[in-house]
Amino acid sequence: MDLVENYREELRFARKPLGRSLLVLLLLALAVLPWWCPSGWLARASMVCLLAIGVIGQNLLIGYSGLISFGQAGFLAIGAYAFGHLRIAGVPFPVALLAAGVAAGLAGYLVGFPSLRLKGPYLAIATLGFGTATYQIFANVEWLSGGRAGLSIPPLQPPFGIARDTWVYLLYYVIFLVFTGAAYNLVSSYVGRALVAVRDSDIAAESMGVNLSRTKLLAFFISSFYTGVSGALMAQYLGHLEPQAFNISESMNFFVAVIVGGLASIEGSIFGAAFVVLVPALLGSLRWAVPVLFGTAILSVLIFEPLGLAGMWLKTRLYFRLWPFR
Amino acid sequence: MGEALLEVRDLTLRFGGITALGGVSLSIAPGETLAVIGPNGSGKTSLFNCVTGLYKPTSGSITLGGESLLGLSPDRVTARGVARTFQNLRLFLHMTVLDNLMLGRHLHFRKNILAAAMRVRDEEVRHRAKVEEIIEFLDLEAWRDSRVAGCAYGVQKRVEIGRALATEPRLLLLDEPVSGLTAEEKEEVSYWIHEIRGRFGVTVLLVEHDLRVASRLAQRMVVMDRGLKLTEGTPEEVQRHPGVIRAYLGDQ
Ligand SMILES: Nc1ncnc2c1ncn2[C@@H]1O[C@H](COP(=O)(O)OP(=O)(O)OP(=O)(O)O)[C@@H](O)[C@H]1O
Ligand SMILES: [Mg+2]
Repeated sequence: MDLVENYREELRFARKPLGRSLLVLLLLALAVLPWWCPSGWLARASMVCLLAIGVIGQNLLIGYSGLISFGQAGFLAIGAYAFGHLRIAGVPFPVALLAAGVAAGLAGYLVGFPSLRLKGPYLAIATLGFGTATYQIFANVEWLSGGRAGLSIPPLQPPFGIARDTWVYLLYYVIFLVFTGAAYNLVSSYVGRALVAVRDSDIAAESMGVNLSRTKLLAFFISSFYTGVSGALMAQYLGHLEPQAFNISESMNFFVAVIVGGLASIEGSIFGAAFVVLVPALLGSLRWAVPVLFGTAILSVLIFEPLGLAGMWLKTRLYFRLWPFR
Repeated sequence: MGEALLEVRDLTLRFGGITALGGVSLSIAPGETLAVIGPNGSGKTSLFNCVTGLYKPTSGSITLGGESLLGLSPDRVTARGVARTFQNLRLFLHMTVLDNLMLGRHLHFRKNILAAAMRVRDEEVRHRAKVEEIIEFLDLEAWRDSRVAGCAYGVQKRVEIGRALATEPRLLLLDEPVSGLTAEEKEEVSYWIHEIRGRFGVTVLLVEHDLRVASRLAQRMVVMDRGLKLTEGTPEEVQRHPGVIRAYLGDQ
């Protein structure tokens, strides 16, 4: 039946030939980044990849489900430490990575329970409390955090004599693509539809057969799974873990990335991650100005472009789609 | 009345000192269209909210096809075959018309999150066919991919009816489906409500302020006043009732 084929066609990713070709070109260019980008920037590119996964997780929660969390650093820490301990125990990288995601996901599931009762600012405070408590626990329980010496994570062994930073980038790039692809698929499926429905009108959603508790807990699980994976990749990247890396300003970084990148947008999450990594790097010796700049960025987005960088990107695309007629 | 689809008995609902419903009983036979009329604040919407599980009644019973609906969460009530529209629209404003209707299919989806993450879309395609049927029935083709927030009020009202139909209900509750519409739109919506019964085999419970519309669509009417059932009967019987004349026109 050609109607059915039609529906199927509409559900494909990057449907238009031009868009698809440009996307493939971009992905290829990024795949060979180690061979053309200036030295020093490759590590930052790895950082963007790993952070983008966490920002997507945060966006699934805030942007798509309308559930606020200021405790992302807590999930990040759980993912990072779970990964660290498993790696030290000799567990292979992919298994440790997934386990870190699951550990953070389960923590998110539990933290999600208050969200069944609390809304808006109250949920923000509850999650902030979770983030702070997790930080305190890691800072004070020595067998978890490795005491004063911290936790050293065995480095990755690149195969075929590839340089280590090249190998890390390629690995992180592939993982980033997998998680980004899965996120696109999820938000365009019945899952994403239910999340957005609960955000737009919880009463209508449950009156149409969406189970509110299950949907909100699922949102928390997926979101913190992504954040946990991001934390694990960060742990491997840093090679050394100290609780200080997971304080409240890390939660704020995620928040800035989501708002500046654009709520309820996967592309936006990637732009946002790039923003919070690359802007401080570009500022160089003016690094002290970063918090001011982030604050200004949030305010300007909220005032001038509520859809963030993703909104600007959308407008640019519309402009060219209508070009030359405008 | 063993064959009633919905049976409400002695339903009471209190908010602190306010008695929104003071012991209301009514029943609907399968295939029937029943209209509930009454002045503002008489408890019509509260009745709907109790049936759909949004309000917990203080006392009384509600059964659908002989099984109690009391204590079920709204999504479970919907899964039993009850769908509704809202008096002041509650649409998913940031979704397209198509996605609003697809959400109505949510409870019929075979859910598999890993398949969803890998872009297996067989379920989407299967349910899309059903939704297209509704889109065609309600003449929504032109708005299929528009965001609901940008649609005219009349279109939004239609989308809400379509979304409720998409759940494949046995019982459809419509809370003032033609209020706020132009005369022409009222005609259209009345026609659709009439057609729904035949085409989708749905039993309809309708709240309506407009007595003319209500008496045209419904075989039977229940009149409410201040949380109580004033009377019930055919539209002709009801309109002759002195209490109804008083409630609608005031004490001369
Ligand atoms: N959530 C609530 N909290 C407190 N009182 C309520 C609540 N919902 C309804 N009521 C009260 O119950 C009574 C009945 O209201 P309801 O909305 O059911 O009337 P209605 O017949 O639908 O009126 P209308 O024709 O204006 O829609 C009103 O006095 C209203 O103030
Ligand atoms: Mg009402």
